[in-house]
Amino acid sequence: MKVAIIQFPGSNCDFDTLHVLNKVMNVKANLVWHKSDDLRDYDAVILPGGFSYGDRLRAGIIAAYSPVMKEVRRMAKDGYPILGICNGFQILIESGLLPGALLRNSSLKFICKWVNLSVISNKAIFTHKIKKNNLLRMPIAHNEGRYFIEEDDLKELYKRDQIVLKYADEYGKINGRSNPNGSIDNIAGICNDEGNVFGLMPHPERASEKLLSPFDSDDGKMIFSSMIEYVKER
Amino acid sequence: MVKDMKTYLVKVVIENKASARDPEGETILKDLLIKGGYKKVMAVRTAKLLKMWVEAEDDKEAKDMVSKLCDELRIYNPVAHTCSINVEGE
Repeated sequence: MKVAIIQFPGSNCDFDTLHVLNKVMNVKANLVWHKSDDLRDYDAVILPGGFSYGDRLRAGIIAAYSPVMKEVRRMAKDGYPILGICNGFQILIESGLLPGALLRNSSLKFICKWVNLSVISNKAIFTHKIKKNNLLRMPIAHNEGRYFIEEDDLKELYKRDQIVLKYADEYGKINGRSNPNGSIDNIAGICNDEGNVFGLMPHPERASEKLLSPFDSDDGKMIFSSMIEYVKER
Repeated sequence: MVKDMKTYLVKVVIENKASARDPEGETILKDLLIKGGYKKVMAVRTAKLLKMWVEAEDDKEAKDMVSKLCDELRIYNPVAHTCSINVEGE
């Protein structure tokens, strides 16, 4: 299998993601410039974190019009796994591949810290090998991560089991105190109705090696291994 | 007959919907205005302003063009934002 990691002007987690896929997960992956219009060689796509186009106008909106996004849309429609991490999540939202909006953190500050994530749904390809209510430790690093959606559309997300990850405390409790950025209902990651497009604000690629974790954890690997197993079984 | 084209200034204001909190506006109200003694200010909402200078035959055409581009190019996210457009004149 081969994974495309898309580089936009301003991406800065592209090499971390490449390192984890190549060296930790032992999977072939290539960096692909955003002007590419052909992803036919690839089995999955990752939109990495960063500050595409300097977050101008709104995080993710300008990258959503990059030529490569036409191919990403085609692959999303054809059921290939598409993962958006942090700025990649913002790009998936702004391109309409995932519903909702990511607004400025309620603290008005850039937040960089480790959080606990409760797995709410394993409908997504990226969590289908993880048990519900499992707690995953990963860092967040963002200024615009406050997930927002209108009440009726939120109900629809629950109904369709599209809410994949929520911010929790170390005991798994989901409440205001464990909500780092003011996201509605502590939402940290959602998927599309088909489960193949998944976006999350936390960084699994920064949490896939014990050496890098203050908790001696490598929970981020579970996201990538779920994707890899899905592609192999497909 | 070729009509004269004029340049119009069109102001686009993008703000969070009432249902989406605006923490910046809340902080300005609580920690600047109220503490500064302006207790009759009831609410503050922040917004993003885009000024566009466009060529058009008249006000209506200028406004329609900007309205169309705001919708088509998602200059605002309709899930979370409202967008108001005003032509400020030539």
